[in-house]
Amino acid sequence: MAVKVIIPTPLRQFTGKQASMECSANTVGEALGSLTTNFSELRQHLYTEDGKIRSFVNVYLNDEDIRFLDKEATRTKDGDTISIVPSIAGGSPSQSTQ
Amino acid sequence: MAIQTDTLSKQEVTLSKDEIARYSRHLIMPEVGMDGQLKLKKAKVLMIGTGGLGAPLGLYLAAAGVGRLGLVDFDVVDNSNLQRQVTFTTADVGKPKSEATRERLHGLNPMIDIEAFETRLTSENALDLFRDFDIIVDGTDNFPTRYLVNDACVLLGKPNVYGSIFRFEGQATVFGYPGGPCYRCLYPEPPPPGLVPSCAEGGVLGVLPGIVGSIQAMETIKLILGSGDPLVGRLLLFDALAMRFRELKLHKNPACPICGPNRTITKLIDYEEFCGIRGEEAPAVTNGIPEITPTELKTRLDRGDDLFILDVREPHEYQICHLNGKLIPLGELPRRVSELDSSKEMVVHCRSGKRSADAIQFLQKAGFKKLWNLKGGTLAWSDQVDPSMPKY
Repeated sequence: MAVKVIIPTPLRQFTGKQASMECSANTVGEALGSLTTNFSELRQHLYTEDGKIRSFVNVYLNDEDIRFLDKEATRTKDGDTISIVPSIAGGSPSQSTQ
Repeated sequence: MAIQTDTLSKQEVTLSKDEIARYSRHLIMPEVGMDGQLKLKKAKVLMIGTGGLGAPLGLYLAAAGVGRLGLVDFDVVDNSNLQRQVTFTTADVGKPKSEATRERLHGLNPMIDIEAFETRLTSENALDLFRDFDIIVDGTDNFPTRYLVNDACVLLGKPNVYGSIFRFEGQATVFGYPGGPCYRCLYPEPPPPGLVPSCAEGGVLGVLPGIVGSIQAMETIKLILGSGDPLVGRLLLFDALAMRFRELKLHKNPACPICGPNRTITKLIDYEEFCGIRGEEAPAVTNGIPEITPTELKTRLDRGDDLFILDVREPHEYQICHLNGKLIPLGELPRRVSELDSSKEMVVHCRSGKRSADAIQFLQKAGFKKLWNLKGGTLAWSDQVDPSMPKY
């Protein structure tokens, strides 16, 4: 199944500025696996050391949060879009930049 | 439904002739009309943060005639704010933001009450501050305050109009609406400090907070009027470079620790600790990281010591100013470490000293021994050695 993974701005520095990636996957987990195989630096930002998706990163299949579907086992179909949506805090970033 | 409960004024509220003239473009549209304008006049909105998001928010809420506006900010106006915080003028630099915003909004609409709270929002003062207002609008810039605003809103049952930005991407939604999800339903926990790129990847396109803050203003006004479909249960994502809006579904999480049926959080907590900020930064600077001050470095360079300077900032920062060091951005260090010679004495620097401390911790693990962190980075170099070096 050909799916598209959308990479959010804060993580694009680990994908050579690439904003999305097309891949073939039967589940959301497979698509994310394919993404982190291509961009290995991304792995530690998406997964904890024991391989769970980090709790400040949400993954959506189309417009639905996979936590409310079958999580990473959620089946994909042709043309689906997977979005990675990390929490961002900025409003006036002058104070948080170092 | 309109968000008006205990704060709905008992006495008759009317509009003066001047107010009717001022709000005439609202009054002639059926979606607002006299009833709507009176709801606006009776409404009390508390803005957390008067920076980039707070600027359009404050201007539009004041212009629309929201009867009482509270402004919470402890910060002062800095030169670097003027690129996006359009409530301020150059003459405001150095003034408290809450007071400068109050003056600006009062100039725009002297018919409303505006109160400046020049204070940092804390677990001690949040509930008391929020209690007097109907709607809280979150325009802050850090995770501890985001969780604090969320929890205080959930505990008091007040809606939280949320907006957040990063470089050229924004998020907006309404949390804490009756029956709707809260911030913890979306993100149960904050990222640990340092993992999400914030330093090197910082910055924001100046117009972005203008757009996201305007969306927050629109949602606030809709909540007051009780009209339209509020942005509840939906997360609006905005990518300014692609100029694309997307919408994702937000669900109330049954396992949410503060708004779920089996909640474990029943009062405000220590949010700095929750976000891992305490105890994380202190060791980063003191724990076995040798420091060199800009003055000491200057002395050693002047006498011809063989020091290798490693700059771990980003290339676009190098363009602003540099110390003739070798540039390897912190994020690239692991795969480019072989370019460095561990036999040489090395001074590592960034803008403020934080990223370079992280770099040194990494290099120490990789076996490097002769390392110095430039204390205070290029900022301190500008203060102590070369005032002509730009600060950013």
